[in-house]
Amino acid sequence: MSDKQKKRETRKGTLRKVFSYIWRYKLLTVASVLLALATVALSLYVPILIGEVVDLIVGRGNVDFAGVARIIFTIGAVVVANACLQWLMGITNNKLTYQVVRDVRDAAFKKITILPLKYIDSKRYGEIVSRVIADVDQFADGLLLGFTQFFTGITTIIGTLALMLSINWRISLVVILLTPLSLLVARFVASRTYNMFKLQSETRGEQTAFIDEMIGNQKVVQAFSREDEAVRRFDEINDKLEVYSRRATFYSSLTNPSTRFINSLVYAGVGLVGSLTCVATGGAFSVGQLVIFLSYANQYAKPFNEISEVITEFQNALACASRTFELIDQPPQTPEAQDAAVLQNVDGNVSMEDVEFSYDPHRKLIRDFNLSVRPGQRVALVGPTGCGKTTIINLLMRFYDVDSGSIRVEGEDIRGVTRKSLRSGFGMVLQDTWLKTGTIRENIVMGKPSATEEEIIAAAKASHAHNFIMRLPKGYDTEITEDGGNLSAGQKQLLCIARVMLCLPPMLILDEATSSIDTRTEIRIQQAFARLMQGRTSFIVAHRLSTIREADIILVMREGRIVEQGKHEELLEKGGYYAKLYNSQFAV
Amino acid sequence: MKKLLVYIKDYKKESILAPVFKLLEATFELLVPLVMAAIIDVGIPRGDTGYIVRMCLLIAALGAVGLISTVIAQYFAAKAAAGFAKNLKHALFSHIQRFSYSELDTLGTSTIITRMTSDANQVQTGVNLTLRLLLRSPFVVFGAMIMAFTVDSQAALVFVGVIPILALVVFGIMLWCIPRYKTVQAKLDRVLGITRENLTGVRVIRAFCKEEEEVSEFERRNEELASMQKFVGKVSSLLNPATYAIINIAIALLIWIGAIRVDAGLLTQGAVVALYNYMSQILVELIKLANLIITINRSIASGNRIQEVFEIQPVTNDKGDVQSALPSADTEYAVEFKNAGLRYKNAGGNALTGVDFAVNKGQVVGIIGGTGSGKTSLVNLIPRFYDATEGEVLVGGVDVKDYPAKELRAKIGVVPQKAVLFSGSIHDNMRWGQKDATDDEILEALSAAQGMDIVKRHGGLDYTIEQGGKNLSGGQRQRLTIARALVRRPEILILDDSSSALDFATDAALRKALRDLPGNPTVFIVSQRASSVQHADKIVVLEDGRVAGVGKSEELLETCEVYRQIYDSQFRKEGRLDVG
Repeated sequence: MSDKQKKRETRKGTLRKVFSYIWRYKLLTVASVLLALATVALSLYVPILIGEVVDLIVGRGNVDFAGVARIIFTIGAVVVANACLQWLMGITNNKLTYQVVRDVRDAAFKKITILPLKYIDSKRYGEIVSRVIADVDQFADGLLLGFTQFFTGITTIIGTLALMLSINWRISLVVILLTPLSLLVARFVASRTYNMFKLQSETRGEQTAFIDEMIGNQKVVQAFSREDEAVRRFDEINDKLEVYSRRATFYSSLTNPSTRFINSLVYAGVGLVGSLTCVATGGAFSVGQLVIFLSYANQYAKPFNEISEVITEFQNALACASRTFELIDQPPQTPEAQDAAVLQNVDGNVSMEDVEFSYDPHRKLIRDFNLSVRPGQRVALVGPTGCGKTTIINLLMRFYDVDSGSIRVEGEDIRGVTRKSLRSGFGMVLQDTWLKTGTIRENIVMGKPSATEEEIIAAAKASHAHNFIMRLPKGYDTEITEDGGNLSAGQKQLLCIARVMLCLPPMLILDEATSSIDTRTEIRIQQAFARLMQGRTSFIVAHRLSTIREADIILVMREGRIVEQGKHEELLEKGGYYAKLYNSQFAV
Repeated sequence: MKKLLVYIKDYKKESILAPVFKLLEATFELLVPLVMAAIIDVGIPRGDTGYIVRMCLLIAALGAVGLISTVIAQYFAAKAAAGFAKNLKHALFSHIQRFSYSELDTLGTSTIITRMTSDANQVQTGVNLTLRLLLRSPFVVFGAMIMAFTVDSQAALVFVGVIPILALVVFGIMLWCIPRYKTVQAKLDRVLGITRENLTGVRVIRAFCKEEEEVSEFERRNEELASMQKFVGKVSSLLNPATYAIINIAIALLIWIGAIRVDAGLLTQGAVVALYNYMSQILVELIKLANLIITINRSIASGNRIQEVFEIQPVTNDKGDVQSALPSADTEYAVEFKNAGLRYKNAGGNALTGVDFAVNKGQVVGIIGGTGSGKTSLVNLIPRFYDATEGEVLVGGVDVKDYPAKELRAKIGVVPQKAVLFSGSIHDNMRWGQKDATDDEILEALSAAQGMDIVKRHGGLDYTIEQGGKNLSGGQRQRLTIARALVRRPEILILDDSSSALDFATDAALRKALRDLPGNPTVFIVSQRASSVQHADKIVVLEDGRVAGVGKSEELLETCEVYRQIYDSQFRKEGRLDVG
């Protein structure tokens, strides 16, 4: 299948999906179509009435006042009715569009919560967010425009055509033949403009990238006194952009005047043929009818231009929608088995049997891995940065599934139990601390929404968080800004500990602080960790020598693989990678 | 916004001619209904086909002349707008180049980037549309009214009544909607916020099994957004029907008055048609004007945001290129801090207080302390990235404030904490240090920075580095930034925690190479690791922005409690396997 065909296929598929969302609101959809028909009919009726009334006002002493009054009241009634219907249509279309958009967003978000971590990890957050926000917005605009203009546009064209032909086919021919000219001209200008716009947006992109790079690193630019050089290079791009931008703006602004010009040609043409017909038929074709034609000629080109605009907009909207649907249609994580057991009475027995795992099928990471941890034991994960210590966390929490072999908790394969019961068995404190926007209290009670005030304060005290929380402007009710911007790294970590401290699950996954935390806070975190770990099975991403030494099992990792496993002394004796790491640091 | 208009002064001619030609076109458009009236009143009743043909040709000709005028107007408008944008961006970019670290901190780089890109584009669109349309629409509206008066002064009174009512409805609806659109945007931001949060916090949310709660929270916010959108939509979709109704009722009124006047012989049939046409023209233009005002409003807001950036004047007053009479720099000290203090703008307390020590030429100085103890602040005073707010900092015996910034910074090689490289070849990046550096000099610097293997692995100095150095590892980037600083053969070299991503062996080799650098520079090493600074000639220990001790490692272990704590925590009882 060629690319083009494929594109068409996906577009068709997207269109089908869009309609399935719209069709949920059958009543609104039908109402929208009926209202469009009604308003178009009434709108087209008004010029006819005006034409008729013009024919009743012929000249001095030759005015049919009774007729004029009758028609004028009809005009008033039609106009008011039409305005009401138009408003109703506007409201219907708005409602339909925003409800469809809401449904699409809900579906997209629901999918995010059940997507496999593999998908989320492989994408940049911004990209997924824009599929839920910006793309859906663009889609909404296109949809709304489509509803309001596409259907009314088409009915207007057909209606006008029919009415004109019913009055006089010869003059209609002028309109029918000349109007497409305006479309041709518009298309011609648009194709010329397209290239200019492409150049403009490419150069704009280049400029943005340059600004991003230079201003983003302005401090380095200044440290090396490269300001003048930066301005020079900026100007190069800026001058180029000026030229493209001028051309793009100019060419694109030609569309309206050109179509307007064609319109005035149509107008002149209708005026000419119409007036001559008037003269030739000796009044059988009346001045009033000429007026009808003139106002139709004025209106006729408008829906054409609008429709071509709507089509571009709608194509754009479909492209955006297809990105959102691609997210919605992602396969979710392996669903839970119907008979998935609920893990109960967890003591902290964890075992890994012949585990094989890799992120990329071509690069085997973990092979034939066996590990058995008894309740209360401590497992230290050791290795250089980026060696994949998080892989173990991913597997234990079942963020990723093993390729083969099994991980068992209390003898149960974790794929056979509900995710909820497995995950609530673990308490997790990652170094990459994450807090949700909301109050401190809301963050602490995440694991146990039913906690009482006393429990919350006790947990905060046990994690050495209570004191700093009380120093915040509103204590436990202080709002945390996005990403916890108003807290220090150490404070955030203490809060994450308090969060786990409150529910005290039987197994722990901890990430020891690295150098970004000051010594005093670090000591507090150490103490809090120690309290948490009492009697619990713990997996610790370890940096501190004391933690490593006291661990019951050390897993030494390198480039994603587990290369050694054992106790401190055993590993030193073995003289392998661990020994090398250890000696490079401490045998100065 | 107003002050930004100076950037259009190179395009005075264009800015005047664009609207003038636009008005010319509008004038031609306003003449058309009169011509049509003449056809109806003169041509048709007399059966004068020649007259009809001439008049229709006149309509076509008016269209053609109108087309030419508009094309000219559009060209001038495009030229002025693009030129204005160019001047504006150039001025803005140059202005930002003069900012010191303080201003950059207050503004934030992402803000500056938005101002330079999307805000500047918005202003450009605004200028373009203003030149083209702002005068045209009112001109047509009032022009149509005046033309109506020339046709019949009594019937024209309908125009006088209708225009204010229309304006009231159009602008009233607009004014009601604009602030509510902002509310819609705020609600959208909340939907965006929760989406983002669920991605950044996906592991924690799933660990606490909060998916369902998050979904219902999302649905709540999303519903709020949708109902606000529907609410605003109800009013905004009133605009078209309301104006439609008003105009058409006015037309009905116009015809009724027309009928009476025609009956009395004061008006012709064609004149009534002309009045009807003028009324129709007004409707189109008012709607255009309303949309234009929304765009212009947005542009003005953008313009004001840009203006804010221009209004920020850098506080560090550079001596510029003026060669100030520097006192003879006859001193054994490379750098001296004399009771120096630093308080960041808008900060509650001092970042540095009473820093007082001197460093001999050629010494290696270690700066150590916990996070937030002021290490980076201290070294940032040397190249005058920030001005000391108390005391003074001397380089080569001269107060840094007396140097032209360029001259001062040319003496200093800085390796910042964040290893930033720029898109371009390794070669280009190395030349940041020294514009005319030879390949040999570059290779020498690279080898001192332990970066030769990077060059070898990637096939030479021409290897292209992607933006931000994405195609290199953290350690590789760090070594290249060190080499970049070495290329300029600085008198003073500052390494701000810049070996954190290097493994122990490379770090040790680097420290050794730094001791043997040609020109024997003074080296400042900022670090959190005691192992990185313990062999320095002088160690400065910082705590809470104050100097807690100065001396060699052995001395400090005896005398400085803070140093001993750090040292012990990293080496002895509570050692750490510093690999993560």
